[in-house]
Amino acid sequence: METVFTAGVTYNSYLSETGEPLQSLPNWTEQPDTLVRYYRNMVLARQLDNKIIALQRTGQIGTYASQLGAEAIDIVLGELMHSDDVLVPYYRNHALQMLRGMSMADMLSYWGGDERGNASVAAGEDFPVAVPIATQALHATGVATAFKIRNEKRAAVTICGDGGTSKGDFMEALNVAGTWQLPVVFVINNNQWAISVPRSLQCGAPTLAQKAIGAGIRGEQVDGNDVIALHESISEALKQAREGKGATLIEAISYRLSDHTTADDATRYRSNEELKAAWEREPIKRLQTFLHSKGWWDETQETAWHNEVGQIIQLGLNEYLQRPPQPASDLIDYLYATLPDALKEQRERLIRNAQPGGNHHE
Amino acid sequence: MSNSITMVEAVNLALHSEMQRDPSVVILGEDVGVNGGVFRATVGLRDEFGIKRVLDTPLAETMIAGLSVGMASQGLKPVAEIQFMGFILPAMEHIIAHAARLRHRTRGRLNCPMVLRVPFGGGIHAPEHHSESTEALFAHIPGLRVVIPSSPARAYGLLLAAIRNPDPVLFMEPKRIYRLNAQPVEDSGKALPLDTCYTLREGADITLISWGAMIKETLEAADKLAEQAISCEVIDLVTLNPIDHKTILASVAKTGHCVIIHEAPKSCAVGAEISATIAERGLLNLQAPVNRVTGYDTVMPYYRMENHYMPNTADIIDAVTSTLEFS
Repeated sequence: METVFTAGVTYNSYLSETGEPLQSLPNWTEQPDTLVRYYRNMVLARQLDNKIIALQRTGQIGTYASQLGAEAIDIVLGELMHSDDVLVPYYRNHALQMLRGMSMADMLSYWGGDERGNASVAAGEDFPVAVPIATQALHATGVATAFKIRNEKRAAVTICGDGGTSKGDFMEALNVAGTWQLPVVFVINNNQWAISVPRSLQCGAPTLAQKAIGAGIRGEQVDGNDVIALHESISEALKQAREGKGATLIEAISYRLSDHTTADDATRYRSNEELKAAWEREPIKRLQTFLHSKGWWDETQETAWHNEVGQIIQLGLNEYLQRPPQPASDLIDYLYATLPDALKEQRERLIRNAQPGGNHHE
Repeated sequence: MSNSITMVEAVNLALHSEMQRDPSVVILGEDVGVNGGVFRATVGLRDEFGIKRVLDTPLAETMIAGLSVGMASQGLKPVAEIQFMGFILPAMEHIIAHAARLRHRTRGRLNCPMVLRVPFGGGIHAPEHHSESTEALFAHIPGLRVVIPSSPARAYGLLLAAIRNPDPVLFMEPKRIYRLNAQPVEDSGKALPLDTCYTLREGADITLISWGAMIKETLEAADKLAEQAISCEVIDLVTLNPIDHKTILASVAKTGHCVIIHEAPKSCAVGAEISATIAERGLLNLQAPVNRVTGYDTVMPYYRMENHYMPNTADIIDAVTSTLEFS
């Protein structure tokens, strides 16, 4: 008998939970710019997240999937993706969508039950949020197929949770990406929980990254709370994709510090001890400590930024709240490029009902 | 003078013609490349247009549909083949939850000009899961066009229209008549209109509505009934969503009688939708209840009992006779 194949999965981390270097840091971290930007963006993402949850509690926005604890993944992807790359997100990528150009008001509109949030011209060719689990992975491979056919040096990036990796769509996407050497980067936000089901009950393999091995692509684990480790891993994966060297699967180890959504109550299924321990590893405090130690960030800057973030959020919120309602006809008008005759009568009924005095007028 | 070609050859001709005209058209699917498709619908295309435009995919229908959505969002026009209708089920989530909704949910920012070609229907003694007619599952989906040709010329012109359409189209090919008849088809590059019925034969006494392979039996029945001086108007539905009710209602207003013929099981099928619409909007024109000749509400049998399941010409003649005798 002979061994015909061997493989392993690496795990990379640069900053300890307390913000101390675990190994020599990459050169780019010798300048404060990128790391300070990462910090500021993560603070903005978290304050916005808190604000949206408050909005949901007061009935000003619909059911919302919090990003608490996953900020680092989005912020680093947003920094490193080029504007002509394409993002195929899931429902926990609001910060990334905004870094890609989507306005805060559009993002809020999406969660506020208004399709116009997906219409954001600034989102370019990016996909809207995918709610069915892992379907987005296949759309990303389709986008990447288009890039490959046209010989374009662009990358498609898609994200899913640990639960999403259990779906056939995810495996079929990895498989075709490996077969065709597609320019796609798969990122798993392994936040340890798929609603109430823990990572241990999701898959029997010790890592999710090793699913890449069966598909013939690179797979690696990275500390999802460590912006430096994420930066290294993601920039390399994007580079490989753009250079025609195929796909990478990055399993970013994070923790869902929030409930699954505002409709969930995580105290039903997970312990306070576990949550408390996870807060010790979260990405923002860790980077803040590091920045303090380098003298690149201080309390004055912290206070000033928090105030500025408050104003940014208020502006976005005002724009969202002041947005006029969609005309009722939007319910039908965007279904086809040209409205089929068969739908004209229904459209007339819809408009009639929506008028003052109509059956459906609020 | 154009050569006489079969329906499957007409599909091939349309693909060839449109790939030549439009470089954004890309063929993908299982065995579509080197092998030219299990029915040979894509034969020769890989040699002519190369491996970047004719993609032999891994064996995964969910992937084929999902990949097509991503490609279409990029402005390509993927024309994917699902080998048999029975194997389309894993692709349904992408067809329904994504392809049919992409334009709507992005308010037109992204759209999905993809075509899924899928051979369907019974009568060729195929193995299990190779003979289903599940068009109703798809005709119910807002945003998804469902188109079925019934002749080589219509296969050519309708497939061109489906590929050029800026929205997703499920193009169902009745494989029982893939090679049944040949007719001259000019490679004109001219598309035929979608969203409209095709009146194949005008008549005064009764309206027969069908689509796909059952058009063959429907026309045969009309021929035989003509010998008894019964004049049948034969309508090929062609687009199952959205349905051209106008043509149907006008015909029923003229004839006062209607029989709908389809291979799919009876309940909640497309025939039921047509019948309901005639009841809603054409009841007073009817001189008899709308009649339906369909498959049974059961599982498509293995081939030994296939003939028990399939509606035939005699069934149609019986239905027409009883409809006309109603009083």
